[in-house]
Amino acid sequence: MEPPAGTAGVDRPYCAWCGAARAQGDHAACDRRLATVDPPRHCPLCARRMVVQVDPMGWTARCSRHGESAGTNGFA
Amino acid sequence: MTAVDPSSTAEDTAQAAGGDILAVAREQVLERGEGLSQEQVLAVLQLPTDRLHEALALAHEVRMRHCGPEVEVEGIVSLKTGGCPEDCHFCSQSGLFESPVRAAWLDVDRLVEAAKQTAKTGATEFCIVAAVRGPDAKLMEQVRAGIAAIRAEVDINVACSLGMLTQEQVDELAAMGVHRYNHNLETARSHFPEVVTTHSWEERWETLQMVRAAGMEVCCGGIVGMGETLDQRAEFAVQLAELEPDEVPLNFLIPNPGTPFAHLEVPQGADALRTVAAFRLALPRTVLRFAGGRELTLGDLGAEQGMLGGVNAIIVGNYLTNLGRPAEQDLDMLESLKMPIKALNDTL
Ligand code: SF4
Repeated sequence: MEPPAGTAGVDRPYCAWCGAARAQGDHAACDRRLATVDPPRHCPLCARRMVVQVDPMGWTARCSRHGESAGTNGFA
Repeated sequence: MTAVDPSSTAEDTAQAAGGDILAVAREQVLERGEGLSQEQVLAVLQLPTDRLHEALALAHEVRMRHCGPEVEVEGIVSLKTGGCPEDCHFCSQSGLFESPVRAAWLDVDRLVEAAKQTAKTGATEFCIVAAVRGPDAKLMEQVRAGIAAIRAEVDINVACSLGMLTQEQVDELAAMGVHRYNHNLETARSHFPEVVTTHSWEERWETLQMVRAAGMEVCCGGIVGMGETLDQRAEFAVQLAELEPDEVPLNFLIPNPGTPFAHLEVPQGADALRTVAAFRLALPRTVLRFAGGRELTLGDLGAEQGMLGGVNAIIVGNYLTNLGRPAEQDLDMLESLKMPIKALNDTL
C-alpha cells in the first residue's frame, strides 16, 4: 500500500477495516479480511470513513483529512 | 416446479431423483445434454463429502463435452459505487444500511484504463456496473460516453449491469453495442423476499426478458449462502435453467459489515463445491463463472477444484467493492490446468 503523502512512518492507531482503535480489541479477523477481500475503508490515521474506488487491478482511498492512498490486491 | 419435502433425507431424494444421482446425471446430462430437475439437483447438493470428488469429475466432463476447454475471462468495474436506494440484504452498497462503503463515481479516463488493464489479461469481457435500482439520464449519459471511449481504444466486449431497465433503456444499450447485460436474480424466487424487499424477483425477471428480446446476451446468477435451504438452492438452479442465460455468475456470500447479512457465516468450501457441480449439471451448456467470494470460501485449492468441477469462466482481478486475487495468479492457475483462455473472435 502507498500511504497518504507525507505520512510514511507515522503511527497508524486505527484499524483500516473496522475503524476502531488498534490498541483495543482483537483485529486478527479485520486483518484477514484486509489481506484477502477488502480494501481499507477507514483511515488508519484518524478512523474517518474514506471514499474508496476499487478497479480491476487496485484501489484508491481518499481521507478528507489525510489525502489519498492506493494499493493493489490486499492491504496487509 | 415441485417443492421437495424439507424432512426428506439424502436417500429419499436420491430415490425420487431416479436412483444413484451421479449415474442418472451421467446418462441424462453428459450423454443427452439435458439439465437436472430440481429434485435431482437437490440430490447432488445432498451428496456426502466422500462423493464430492466424483460429482466434480462428472461436472467437469459435462463442461468439457458441452462447452469445451476454453475459459472465458472477464473484468468488472464499479462506475457508480454506493448510495443505492434498494435494500438487498447482502449488499454493502445499499444506502439504507450503516455500511462503511461511501459513494464514489469513476471518471471516463479511469474507466478506459480499467478496460485496458482487463484486456491485457486476455479477458474478452469488461463489465461496467452501477449501484442503482435502474439507470437515470445522468448514468445513461456516463455509460454512453464510457462505452464510446472504450470502443475507440480497447478491443474487448463491453457488458453492463445497471439494474432494472425500461424498454427504452434496453433499446439504447443495445444500440450502444452492449454485448451482454448482467442482472442477477440473486436467489430462488421463494427466498427472494428474505433477501430484498424494495423490489421483486419478477421485476428482475422482466428486465432479463427485455434484454434477451433486444438481442443482448443474458448474464444472470446469484449468491450462495444467504440463508437459503438446499431445496431453495436447487430451486434457484432450475429457475436459472428455465431462463436459459448465456452466463451464470456464481458468487459466495461475503458477509459485509453493516448489512443485514453481516452475521451469516462464510459458506463452507465443500458445500460451495457441491453447488458448483450441481449448477453445472443443471446448466450443461451455460458459461458458469466464478465470481465474488471464492477467495474466502474456497481459497486457492478450492478455486482449482472448482475449475476442474464445472466452472468455465472467471472474473479476474478485483470486484466492485471487494478485492480478488491478483489477476496473474488466476492466469497462472489456468496455465497450470492447461485450460486455454477463450479468444475474442470466439465470443462474437
Ligand atoms: S440493487 Fe444492486 S447495488 Fe443496489 S442494494 Fe441491490 S445489489 Fe446493491
